Amino acid sequence: MKYLLLIYTPEQTWTESDRQACYAESTQLTHELHAKKQYLGAAPLHPVALATSVRVRDGKRLVTDGPFAETHEQLGGFYLIEAADLDEAIGIAARIPGARKGTVEVRPVIDLPGLPEVKA
Amino acid sequence: MEESTRESVRQVVEGVYRAESRRVLATLIRLIGDFDRAEEALHEAFATAMEQWSREGVPANPRAWLVSTGRFKAIDAMRRRERLDASLPDLARRLDEGAGSAAFRDEELEDDQLRLIFTCCHPALSPSTQVALTLREVCGLATEEIASAFLSAPSTIAQRIVRGKAKIRDARIPYQIPSLSDLPERLDSVLAVIYLVFNEGYSASSGGSLTRPDLSEEAIRLGRLLVGLLPDPETIGLLALMLFQESRRAARTSPEGDLILLEDQDRSLWERGKIREGRALVEQAIASQRFGVYTIQAAIAAVHAEAETASATSWATMVAWYDMLERAAPSPVVALNRAVAVAMRDGPLAGLELIDAILNEGQLTEYHLAHAARADMCRRLGQTIEARESYQKALALARQEPERRFLERRLRELG
Repeated sequence: MKYLLLIYTPEQTWTESDRQACYAESTQLTHELHAKKQYLGAAPLHPVALATSVRVRDGKRLVTDGPFAETHEQLGGFYLIEAADLDEAIGIAARIPGARKGTVEVRPVIDLPGLPEVKA
Repeated sequence: MEESTRESVRQVVEGVYRAESRRVLATLIRLIGDFDRAEEALHEAFATAMEQWSREGVPANPRAWLVSTGRFKAIDAMRRRERLDASLPDLARRLDEGAGSAAFRDEELEDDQLRLIFTCCHPALSPSTQVALTLREVCGLATEEIASAFLSAPSTIAQRIVRGKAKIRDARIPYQIPSLSDLPERLDSVLAVIYLVFNEGYSASSGGSLTRPDLSEEAIRLGRLLVGLLPDPETIGLLALMLFQESRRAARTSPEGDLILLEDQDRSLWERGKIREGRALVEQAIASQRFGVYTIQAAIAAVHAEAETASATSWATMVAWYDMLERAAPSPVVALNRAVAVAMRDGPLAGLELIDAILNEGQLTEYHLAHAARADMCRRLGQTIEARESYQKALALARQEPERRFLERRLRELG
């Protein structure tokens, strides 16, 4: 089963060296997951200052600056993983560096048939 | 068939249902992999038992018979569904192959009960869902019974159970005993559910009656079950704690339903049997030397239980246990209880200073028992005006009728 792990942390608490350490640790983790065929994707995100929100209402496009919602913690990255069950997904979520600073939300993914295949 | 035979079979089946239905369900969930289908299979197995046992007699091992019949019923149901919906994977075949003789070993069946408990108390479910699911699936309480115990609408509880089962299925919460590294955290969650159920029965959070004994009994039953399955020191400590508290039930309220404080209780009403059992358990837990907050609280309860009269209580021992509790789980409420124990050891002035320090930090200012305790210190010191003020604050915050009557009585006694 696929799970999306969404990493929310307070952006302003990250120093440049925190960020570099996090990237290194995360890269290591993704390789471990890849070796166990559990890695489907992962990426850090630029800060919400670079976010753009798009809505279409009555066929009309509405483009605004900023994230979907102003919150205390911001979505800063994600992992898409393959796990046998929720406990295994929780175990992986707990190893993501961002979990120590903020929150990792674990979301089971709906396997929609008919989507193009991407190899793990 | 004769009416009398049918009646006696019905009684046997009912007896087996009470004794075994939860264990059979726990195993069926593992074999079938789905709560709802397992429940369906359980009911069909018992319906079949009514028919078949009347004709052929009661089998030697009713539990194994029910598990095996339930499994066949589930396979039949899945085959019917698969015929209707070809997109379903071949569940029935897998179920057929998956259940070798290992599925019916006794230790495997015991583990199934643990699997069920750990799944219902999974921290990915909200605490209120954990409680409802545990009472429904592990204890076998009807939705209506759970609703009336928690003063909720049956539809609310039913919805909680449905959503809980949907999350177990769709987020794939595994049906397993947690790994050794996760066990302490997961056990905490189970113990919290049991203690929540107990407390809801022991001290209902609102409403006219002070206690709802059925829930407390259910919690103690769960505690015993868990001690039997997984005798961890804290599990033992929690059972001891519940037994000590339950031993005082008859002494806790007057015939009019009024609250009687520990120091004023008629100790001859305390149930000796429960106290003896609690003491043996708490000693066992302490001897393990890896006990935690439940055991410490049980040890505190044991100090009360050992005193023939309130004045004979060993307050020095009590304060020592509270010191340990404050180190293990610091909280303002623990600090308040410790302050009350210190007041008993060193006098009300010492207690008042500690309580004021807690309140001055802005903690517990909305907690009625903090103001009630402060009022009591002032009363014992003869500071009538301050005592009255604090009782009034407590009264404004108290929600439970017997507690309100108690505070009103104390106010009247001040004159």
